Amino acid sequence: MRRLTIGLCLALASCGGSTSDDLIVFAASSLAGPFGEIATAFEGEHPGVDVQLNFAGSTTLREQLLEGAPADVFAAADPQIVNAVTSAGIATGAAIPFATNRIVLAVPPGNPAAITGLADLADPGLLVGVCAPQVPCGTLARAVLAASAAAISVDTEEPDVRSLVTKLEAAELDAGLVYASDIGILEEVPMPAGVSATTVYPIVTTSDHPLSEAFVAFVLSAEGRRILSDHGFELP
Amino acid sequence: MRRIRRRTPWPIATLALIGLAFFVVPLAGLLAQAPWSRLVEVASSGLVLDALGLSLLTSALATVAGAIVGIPLAWFLARSEQRGLGIVRAIVTLPLVLPPVVGGAALLFALGRRGSLGGPLAEATGFVLPFSIWGVVVANAFVAMPFLIITVEGAIRALDQRYEHAAATLGAGRWTTMRRVTLPMVAPGIMSGLVLSWARAFGEFGATITFAGNLGGRTQTLPLAVFVALESDREAAIVISLLMVAVSITVLVLLRDRWWRVT
Repeated sequence: MRRLTIGLCLALASCGGSTSDDLIVFAASSLAGPFGEIATAFEGEHPGVDVQLNFAGSTTLREQLLEGAPADVFAAADPQIVNAVTSAGIATGAAIPFATNRIVLAVPPGNPAAITGLADLADPGLLVGVCAPQVPCGTLARAVLAASAAAISVDTEEPDVRSLVTKLEAAELDAGLVYASDIGILEEVPMPAGVSATTVYPIVTTSDHPLSEAFVAFVLSAEGRRILSDHGFELP
Repeated sequence: MRRIRRRTPWPIATLALIGLAFFVVPLAGLLAQAPWSRLVEVASSGLVLDALGLSLLTSALATVAGAIVGIPLAWFLARSEQRGLGIVRAIVTLPLVLPPVVGGAALLFALGRRGSLGGPLAEATGFVLPFSIWGVVVANAFVAMPFLIITVEGAIRALDQRYEHAAATLGAGRWTTMRRVTLPMVAPGIMSGLVLSWARAFGEFGATITFAGNLGGRTQTLPLAVFVALESDREAAIVISLLMVAVSITVLVLLRDRWWRVT
């Protein structure tokens, strides 16, 4: 029986999920681009450390953390979500804002439906996507739609911003409200001033892992800021 | 007449109980967390009723559509002596092992309005599958139909072909043999296949949200409603989950007693 247990442990590479060197980072879907790069750079500075990234909608991550998921660092797209984690006693430090992101009106490459502004989205013949109101980009999209006063007919509320971007990139949707940092190959159609909405990204440590504070510091460092700004994030 | 009853040996009983607990514990967890006072209020809200209606409708349509093309396909797989049938069978059963999200993405790239098949369709007719109720049906059928096919194929294979030969010897044509001998004999297999594939369609999530999107009243089925509610209103998510469990168990128990008795 003992031999069986040892064999299983070897087969799974480690028992109990991660070794003490692994740093588990929970981050909002919209951070997938910069955090991938930041993790690689951080691993370069700390040889032997493996940064495991878990990307999902900020609210999904909050629920996982509240249910006891093991994470060393949490970066979300909404200060309220981080506040919920902090007031549940899960955070081990203060939340620090490290980036901001703007909601933009995005269309597929080449703008096939020739959209010129938010008012065009009232056409029920167009396929328009936003994020579900449960995730920060959906909350912001609702604010934009409310401020624009145009009767926009939405065709899908995607569970996170990445799946929305994928459908825009495939031109299966004609337009969508995504983060400025998600533009990539998409095109941005200008919105009137005062309509757009912005969110703040806080980061917080959620364990006593010796490197969790170092990771937060790296995100706030000059190199972390450069990577974030390369990916279209604005810096506070 | 005295029936001989033997006790199940204790090691088997213990392991079987652990196996059973594996299914009972999560259900008990749902029940323990259930907000009984909000049960009626949530279950009768417009959002949930819309999602329930949509789920029942799309899963039924997917099952019917699956039966129309799936039973002939099962027949072909069971009876054909064509070479390369193994590859056909592998393709047909692929959705059983594929992550549904991958299936949904594949559907989107093939049947979306920019897809290799969906593109010409949209151009010719203006009909676009994704983000519509028909998209939900297609996603459901893609994931659920293999359950029907493998069950029916198994039933046809298990059939003793001597009955069909006897019917033929007695002068029945191919069509009569099929209608009067073969189909009645594989009917229980077809029924259990239909039930399995309906149950799978009723619970479908990944392919649906990827291919058909998520919009209340149009493409938001019960599993999608649970997923969205989990992040905003956990009590509502639990109520919707219980509703799904209740509908599924009712259908499975009723049908099992009637048709799905495996002999």
